[in-house]
Amino acid sequence: MGLEEYKGVFIYAQQVDNEVSSISYELIGKGKELAKDLGTEVTAVILGSNIKSLAEDLGKHGADKVIVVDDKALETYRTEPYAEALSAVINEYKPEIMLVGATAIGRDLGPTVSARVKTGLTADCTKLEIGDFPINPMPGKEQKHNQLLMTRPAFGGNTIATIACPDNRPQMATVRPGVMQALPVDEGKKAEIIEFNPELKETNRWVEILKVVKAVGHVENIMDAKILVSGGRGVGSKEGFEDLKELADVLGGMVSCSRAVVENGWLAQDYQVGQTGKTVRPNVYFAVGISGAIQHVAGMEDSDIIIAINKDEDAPIFDVADYGIVGDLHKIVPALTTALKEELAK
Amino acid sequence: MDFTLDKKHEMARSLFRDFAETEVKPLAQEVDETEVFPRETVTKMQKFGFMGIPVPKQYGGQGCDPLTYVMCVEELSKVCGTTGVIVSAHTSLCIDPILTFGTEEQKEKYVRPLATGEKLGAFALTEPGAGTDAQGAQTKAVLDGDEWVLNGSKCFITNGKEADVYIIIAVTDIVEDKRGRKKKKFSAFIVEKGTPGFSFGTKEKKMGIRGSSTYELIFEDCRIPKDNLLGKQGNGFPIAMHTLDGGRIGIAAQALGIAEGALDRCIEYTKERKQFGRSIAQQQNTQFKLADMAARIEAAQLLVYKAAEAKATKKRYSVEAAKAKLFAAETAMAVTTEVVQLFGGYGYIREYDVERMMRDAKITEIYEGTSEVQRMVIAGSLLA
Amino acid sequence: MKIVVCIKQVPDTKGGVKFNPDGTLDRAAMLAIMNPDDKAGLEAALRIKDETGAEVTVLTMGLPKAEDVLREALAMGADKAILVTDRVLGGADTWATSTTIAGALRNIDYDLIITGRQAIDGDTAQVGPQIAEHLGLPVISYAEDIKIEGDSVVVKRQFEDRYHELKAKMPCLITALSELNEPRYMTPGGIWDAYDADITIWGRKDLKDVDDSDLGLKGSPTKIAKASDKVRKGAGEKVTLDPKESVEYIVGKLKETHVIK
Repeated sequence: MGLEEYKGVFIYAQQVDNEVSSISYELIGKGKELAKDLGTEVTAVILGSNIKSLAEDLGKHGADKVIVVDDKALETYRTEPYAEALSAVINEYKPEIMLVGATAIGRDLGPTVSARVKTGLTADCTKLEIGDFPINPMPGKEQKHNQLLMTRPAFGGNTIATIACPDNRPQMATVRPGVMQALPVDEGKKAEIIEFNPELKETNRWVEILKVVKAVGHVENIMDAKILVSGGRGVGSKEGFEDLKELADVLGGMVSCSRAVVENGWLAQDYQVGQTGKTVRPNVYFAVGISGAIQHVAGMEDSDIIIAINKDEDAPIFDVADYGIVGDLHKIVPALTTALKEELAK
Repeated sequence: MDFTLDKKHEMARSLFRDFAETEVKPLAQEVDETEVFPRETVTKMQKFGFMGIPVPKQYGGQGCDPLTYVMCVEELSKVCGTTGVIVSAHTSLCIDPILTFGTEEQKEKYVRPLATGEKLGAFALTEPGAGTDAQGAQTKAVLDGDEWVLNGSKCFITNGKEADVYIIIAVTDIVEDKRGRKKKKFSAFIVEKGTPGFSFGTKEKKMGIRGSSTYELIFEDCRIPKDNLLGKQGNGFPIAMHTLDGGRIGIAAQALGIAEGALDRCIEYTKERKQFGRSIAQQQNTQFKLADMAARIEAAQLLVYKAAEAKATKKRYSVEAAKAKLFAAETAMAVTTEVVQLFGGYGYIREYDVERMMRDAKITEIYEGTSEVQRMVIAGSLLA
Repeated sequence: MKIVVCIKQVPDTKGGVKFNPDGTLDRAAMLAIMNPDDKAGLEAALRIKDETGAEVTVLTMGLPKAEDVLREALAMGADKAILVTDRVLGGADTWATSTTIAGALRNIDYDLIITGRQAIDGDTAQVGPQIAEHLGLPVISYAEDIKIEGDSVVVKRQFEDRYHELKAKMPCLITALSELNEPRYMTPGGIWDAYDADITIWGRKDLKDVDDSDLGLKGSPTKIAKASDKVRKGAGEKVTLDPKESVEYIVGKLKETHVIK
């Protein structure tokens, strides 16, 4: 079967408890861009039980088509039968691209499905584009056009690789949540809804769900935060962290800190960033009153954007910061919180 | 001649280093400050086989060679001198003599629980009136029926109150030599904690290795079974000397570790500390000192490893042990003193570990034979 | 009971990442270690061994020097070790790697296969589930607790905001999280024995029911189009402004970078 038979950009629309996960919208957003370059459409695939109402919602977020597999067996996520259902959709509809969120579900479903339909899978992509492979023409080697080029960090974020899947279809990727942009909701937009029944049959590979326990009093992990407002000795006191917490709350982030803060008893060790603490890689890292000792920097330098506020203009933190502000954190932080509140209320 | 370690030893070193960094280092300052024996660490070391490294597997040990054991003491001492000596005294001074001189029954009964770490060992020779000169010893053992009766006291005993099994050297006979001078004959005994008549005196307050639990042992009509005589009656002095030969290799490893630990800290610190606009590591004075210390430490390491090798392959290794201990101990003292100097004011305060290392280093020049005794042993071999 | 733990030798990226003067990664200077998730998986297997007397086999695919992590596993208490190494296996992506490991596993008996969730060099989390797929086994990923109950395993399966308690009949495959446990140390005697132990070495010819076209670089559906060591960030902009201007500056940057709309 020729690769050209595979058409269209498919995204796996993850739902949990019959609520669409935000990654699904992000994938539609990215999928639309790719589909435009390829002159094709975006199809969202949603699996679950009693989920038909969610299909329309995916349309409003930009999906051109929605394939719905509605089966009692798909009520709660399990590798099987989810993998069987998604594989059946791929085999039936033959997409050229299949995107899955790099979530705790997607990073289980993706590899299983890719092995089942015998294609490649690129994990945790942070950038997707349509281009040529090889990127530059090479003598004696066919340069294929309209390939999905998937870019991802590896080696703990120390290397960046761009990967193609030129000879197998679909081209599959899991995509890191929070990186791609969802489209604005268009209430008037309706997707074509296709119901598909893969006729799931229980096999020895179905596991039994004994219990589903939703985290109560879940200890937040600074490693999961998209935005960190991190304070150092310069914050001055335990009370000083109240201001940082307010700023973090406005941005939906968390507070973290340097070692000195833990040593002074202002915050618990769980919040410490650095060599003896945790290594974090948020989208935005505010280093507030942190001088930037090498041990601290080792734990945060891979953050996408680093904003440093420090009154000492020679503080080494400015050597790694994207945006450095020399100034008084005690004045800047509360003012920034107020400004952001106004900005976000707009 | 091959100066490279094989993979087995390299991996053992990485194990000891990893354990020391993760489990021992975080407690070192507290152990020194509070002078509390690090029981938790000993329990962990027991779990991972550190308490019987050079003991054959048939007696519950790890079946490794003396070099592996030496590397363990070295790596532990890099971060905590107290922990190093606990393992050294237990292994070299208590297990080793039973393994070397004990009967099959004694090995089964005592070496096995010691090697698995279920029990902790100690060794007692020194007395208030008998340090370098063992003839001054007063502790006596008299055979009474099926029991030996011990009376007297021992001092400066490492693992003192914490140990379960003790090797005690006591006077059992007084003989006249050819010139008619009276000479004490010693014997070695295995004594268990809890034996009636065996109690502990004062705990010593020490300059360094402050968590190692140094106690006075007191024997008042302490009756032990006849079978607990270790080796032949009257052979206690050679047994003690042979034991100390092994012990000195352990202490040499401890000294080596302390020196290495201090140099590591010093390299770290001098790279970071800025004076006159640049790191002090960039100054030639610092560089020359670092170079001298590194060369000296490596020389010490070669002597210590050579002594460990001699213990594995030779019947007698007194001179190798004496040279290793003398040089490693004096290296530890010199290096830690120099490192404190390079740290300046920060070297003198307790927050930075080098001050502790300097205090810990001093004892290595004193116990298990002072540096002067080591020189006597070495000179004796030269002039024999 | 027989357990196989799949482990990988990886460069230690934690804390000790070393860079060349030009900002690229200095791989040679970095220590090779047992991948942390795999080590947790091995510890889980050894705990089952402590309880039930299960036999634990460790298996790795890699260069001949990957033997070191097998010896480490033996020194921790594993019973047998298998190294799958062959030039033709080089350059494998997760598809080709999982095909290879599945081909090796077809030669041995097992009740339970444990892999780490992901390796710290690739971070893909794909090889475990893909091995299960090739072997037709039930798979439970992201395990934060494993219990054996008769002929089944009961596993706490972690998700972002919850966990599922799942029960699978053996044989099955589990991928382990580092959070599962605190791996034990080796023992000195274990190290000595590990260096006297024989390691089984398998090459291409020892892989069962595997096509050449599915192995190594050639058998990898994904191809690297471009790879670069991340050039380390240098200093960005530095401004000295009054508080009001500072706030405007930061808000502006957050908008520019789409952090806020």
